[in-house]
Amino acid sequence: MKRYLHALTLVAALLFCANMAMAANSDMVQIKGSDTLINLVQKLAEVYMQKHPGASIAVTGGGSGTGIAALVNRKCDIADASRGIKASEVADANSKGIDPKRVIVAIDGLSVIVNAQNPVTKLTVDQIGKIYRGEAKSWSEFGGNDSPITLYGRQSNSGTYDFMKENVMKGEYASSMKSMNGNAQIIEAVKQDASGIGYVGVGYAQSATGIAVLKVAVNPSMGYYDPFNAIDVKTGKYPITRPLNQYLNGMPKGLAKDFINFELSSEGQAIVEKEGFYQIPEEYQKYNDGTLGMTNVVRGGSENKSVEGQYSK
Amino acid sequence: MAHHKLKEKMIHGLFLLNGIFVVIVLSGIFAILVYTSIPAFKEIKLGQFLFSAVWNPTATFVAPSYGIASMLVSTLMVAIGAMAIAVPLGIGTAAYLSDVADQRVREIAKPVIEILAGIPSVVIGFLGIVLVGPVIAKVFHVSNGLNALNGSILLAVMALPTIISLSEDALKSVPKSYEEASLALGATHWQTLMRVKIPAALSGVIAACMLGMGRAIGETMTVLMATGCAIAMPRSFLDSVETMTSTIAIELGEVPYNTTHYYALFAIGLTLFIITFIVNMVSDIVLHKYQKVLK
Repeated sequence: MKRYLHALTLVAALLFCANMAMAANSDMVQIKGSDTLINLVQKLAEVYMQKHPGASIAVTGGGSGTGIAALVNRKCDIADASRGIKASEVADANSKGIDPKRVIVAIDGLSVIVNAQNPVTKLTVDQIGKIYRGEAKSWSEFGGNDSPITLYGRQSNSGTYDFMKENVMKGEYASSMKSMNGNAQIIEAVKQDASGIGYVGVGYAQSATGIAVLKVAVNPSMGYYDPFNAIDVKTGKYPITRPLNQYLNGMPKGLAKDFINFELSSEGQAIVEKEGFYQIPEEYQKYNDGTLGMTNVVRGGSENKSVEGQYSK
Repeated sequence: MAHHKLKEKMIHGLFLLNGIFVVIVLSGIFAILVYTSIPAFKEIKLGQFLFSAVWNPTATFVAPSYGIASMLVSTLMVAIGAMAIAVPLGIGTAAYLSDVADQRVREIAKPVIEILAGIPSVVIGFLGIVLVGPVIAKVFHVSNGLNALNGSILLAVMALPTIISLSEDALKSVPKSYEEASLALGATHWQTLMRVKIPAALSGVIAACMLGMGRAIGETMTVLMATGCAIAMPRSFLDSVETMTSTIAIELGEVPYNTTHYYALFAIGLTLFIITFIVNMVSDIVLHKYQKVLK
């Protein structure tokens, strides 16, 4: 008899826990996607949860493509993406009754990194493209040692992978490129490889040691700039900049809306800056206001090519 | 008496049900793989799929291409490399544990080796990046150690516990009389081990190696982290490789459903399944042939 009683208590306890979990579910936001954004969004969520006990925000990575796929398949509430959503993804989402809305939370100066021992300190956008397309094989072509270039890049589920391909390289990656599993792994690899080159979000480049961040120019006569200067990044003098986005299904509501408001608040943007990325400029703030329903202008994710980066000048 | 018979029948039925269930699950998996792979070949020619080395399904500046030849070669390279390291080491260790080591060493060593099997593959992969990679880079004077060799070494480490543990069991189950007879005929300890015990236990040892090989071919996380994942056709063990499992793991998370890319990933899975099936079948045939000779 006593044994049954124990079992009964256990079942009751389990039911209670399940109940609690379900109750908590309504106040729970799942964020998934970009590896470039993960540390930043985790930090934002941490601070937010400290201020709002009871709110629960889970942030996981997997890459921008994975995040958007999860949003489309209703596996997350917010998708982090370091690239814009593709037309094919919008179509896929719409066919499943999902209406992706975009919020821009930070600006990234995508940093091209080499080993600290590499004498090369600057490259043009064209040269970077040439290197990643596999058309340049040796560092000696750029004033470096006569050693073959080892390419480190991201996997195809990465938004950064797509961004580089579409906006910097304008061509396909060389098949010899090593596909790494995230920004941190690229930094680790380039740190160990004297002939390596990689690309990471500026937030990762700021805090790394053992690597050097290249200065980049669109055109050598216009000067080379590094991604550590906020003004150069915002004005587009540093040529490889991009907005870091979050996508939601329809207008944000409840906790998700409150969290996004926090991200965009001056406090949230201060955290963005502290994590090594840059605050969003006014034009993006206006854009966000549109998404969040503060004005009548509401634009979908695929139409915003104009906001996509001042870089292509 | 009748009661006993009923019980016996029930147990018999239960086992039969289990067996049938396993067969159903397996054929179900195979059916799904085939069913989901077939649409891929509406757009991809089978020859191109198997013999082209260019895999770039997300290409936007050129036409997407779906060739798995380099992945196929990479997978086999890493797995065979792993076996080349793990089989001699594993059988050697098993022979040591079963025949040479004294009781105390064996009692400590065997559980320790079995614990090795429990290390998560992501941890082994991490060791590949921070430990094995730099060592390979230094020893072979290459700029980085993320290559097929690194993957082989790590997979060998992962396959070793299985190979050692099962081979040791097989060696131990050789009847004591074999050994006694051999020693009584004047054979040395070494001769007894090499010419009597290992051949007698060979079916178990081969089974152990095949299980190890199965793990090596199917392992994903470790190779994904340590082999560098470059899709180009490898020319040596010091080139970065991307195995079939890595490609599936990387791309299945984000691929839009019901596209050629999606189906092609399943086709890779099917190919992998067929390879492991062939490996198992060949080992089975070898085993039966050998057993016949022994009789």
